[in-house]
Amino acid sequence: MKASFAFRIWVSLLGWGVALAMFFPVAWMVLTSFKTEIDAVATPPLLFFHPTLENYAQVNQLGDYAGAVWNSIAISFGSTALGIALAMPAAYAMAFFPNRWTKDLLLWILSTKMMPAVGVLMPIYLISKSTGLLDTKTGLIAIMTLANLPIIVWMLYTFFKEIPGDIIEASRMDGAGALAQIRIVLLPLAGPGIASTGLLAVILSWNEAFWSLNLTAVHAAPLTAFIVAFSSPQGLFWAKLSAASTLAVAPILVFGWMTQRQLVRGLTFGAVK
Amino acid sequence: MSTLEIKQLRKSYGAAEIIKGIDLKIEDREFIVFVGPSGCGKSTLLRMIAGLEEISGGELLIDGARMNEITPDRRGLAMVFQSYALYPHMTVAENMAFALRLAGVPKAEREQRVRVAAKTLQLEALLGRKPANLSGGQRQRVAIGRAIVRQPKAFLFDEPLSNLDAALRVQTRLEIAKLHRDLQATMIYVTHDQIEAMTLADRIVVFNAGRIEQVGTPLELYHNPANLFVAGFIGSPKMNLIGAVVRESTPGALVLTLDGASLVSVQPATIAAGAKLTIGLRPEHIVVDPQGPISGHVEAVERLGNESIAYVGIGASLPLTVKLPPQSPVALGDKLHLALNGHAVSLFGEDGHALGWTQPQAGG
Repeated sequence: MKASFAFRIWVSLLGWGVALAMFFPVAWMVLTSFKTEIDAVATPPLLFFHPTLENYAQVNQLGDYAGAVWNSIAISFGSTALGIALAMPAAYAMAFFPNRWTKDLLLWILSTKMMPAVGVLMPIYLISKSTGLLDTKTGLIAIMTLANLPIIVWMLYTFFKEIPGDIIEASRMDGAGALAQIRIVLLPLAGPGIASTGLLAVILSWNEAFWSLNLTAVHAAPLTAFIVAFSSPQGLFWAKLSAASTLAVAPILVFGWMTQRQLVRGLTFGAVK
Repeated sequence: MSTLEIKQLRKSYGAAEIIKGIDLKIEDREFIVFVGPSGCGKSTLLRMIAGLEEISGGELLIDGARMNEITPDRRGLAMVFQSYALYPHMTVAENMAFALRLAGVPKAEREQRVRVAAKTLQLEALLGRKPANLSGGQRQRVAIGRAIVRQPKAFLFDEPLSNLDAALRVQTRLEIAKLHRDLQATMIYVTHDQIEAMTLADRIVVFNAGRIEQVGTPLELYHNPANLFVAGFIGSPKMNLIGAVVRESTPGALVLTLDGASLVSVQPATIAAGAKLTIGLRPEHIVVDPQGPISGHVEAVERLGNESIAYVGIGASLPLTVKLPPQSPVALGDKLHLALNGHAVSLFGEDGHALGWTQPQAGG
């Protein structure tokens, strides 16, 4: 069945409308970051103005942008690598050797995401403090690994389920032990799935603010903490806050843009047969 | 090359028992076919031998060594899967050399062995291709090649021809038979197709509901089925199985009343008059005879070119299947008189077992 012309027009309009609505805040933030503080609060809002890079210069003077970027990269990539390394054997076991508890186990793993993080803030804070992991990248990597582990396990499990069990069994008959099966058969076959799981985990932990705000101060502060540092003490300096925010999302935006093909393919993997 | 022994093997999932205590000894270089209807446990048993399913009870011995706790990668068996199960990211050559690579065989020897196997299976031109670029028959040959290269203790085939079209199936069947002659290897082959079983096997094992019904050479099973299940399963068209009552019993001769009131006399062991039994008649053992004791009307005729199959209603619950010469002038609705050709019949008691037949193996 072919959709009518009018229908396709409406769908196109709707699609563009949703896309613009989602893009607008980001675009406005970028625009504001190039305004002076006075232009930034002008009413009605200015669409045309003399752009300035002053905000960016000041943001770099007031805070340690490079340090925050490095912390964000270390924490998000570190926790993702660790999370995937831990989740791979778990997902492999559940996908290819299921038993009657597998379904329950998967649900239990997911259920840990349903608890509000603030519920365990106190114990985690105290544990971090007494182990000396407060305000360290190691501490935050550990927390982010655990926070994202359920999602990583679930995604990998779903991707592994798509691989015919016969192929794994054939490799077992061919003499492959568990590690060889994962390394030589599973890894290449589930490659796109593993990559998109990794990308999602990186983005999730890049955007994560709750734990990084509560468990870091100076040394391990990632970009989320860097932005917050601009929002309260600086009051309502919208232009500088926009500049800081633009700087914070820029690396992950570029990263996401470069890997979007992989990401889309991974997330729709198995949806279309 | 090796022998394989199964002792009281059992498999259960929770309360459901799938394999109910199987005893079987497979000799070196033997071609054994497991056959039976779907769900009879034949594939499960093969997977237990392979190590892909855990053994719930009993013992599996390969060359006398207990294998129950040995993982599949250490049993030294090769398996050919119904779905081929090739590694899609590897070329044909890499697929075939995979097991050798894992075993640490030097590259030169690996290549040499892959070349020999590829030549046997006419895969030389395809060695550089990925499985996605092969036809179904080619994939099947690669899967077999992957098994050959390893020189395993035994080959396990799990319905390897089911995904091929009819013409290719016959051709591949012949190739597998030739392979068995050339390699002199022990092979265990699972199929639900009794023609594959008859043509390939040294011995056939007929399964039903988790048990062995009979073990024997193809012709033993065909001529001396141990029970009604084997009688009905082996042979195409199927053996006619008709209820009968012994009317007269004298030493060396038995007169039976068939369902539908025909009288036939046969010549087996003595059975008391009045006993109820089932008589098994192969379609080719019934002939048209104007003086024949069985009569009925032709309900359907199938002309296959080399023979004609007539279905004759004789008053029993099912029509009698009769194999006739190709040019036989029978037509729908004709009245036919039929007789037994010689005395090639099987008789089964009320318990379903062949009369006078005893299980050759203990324990089953």
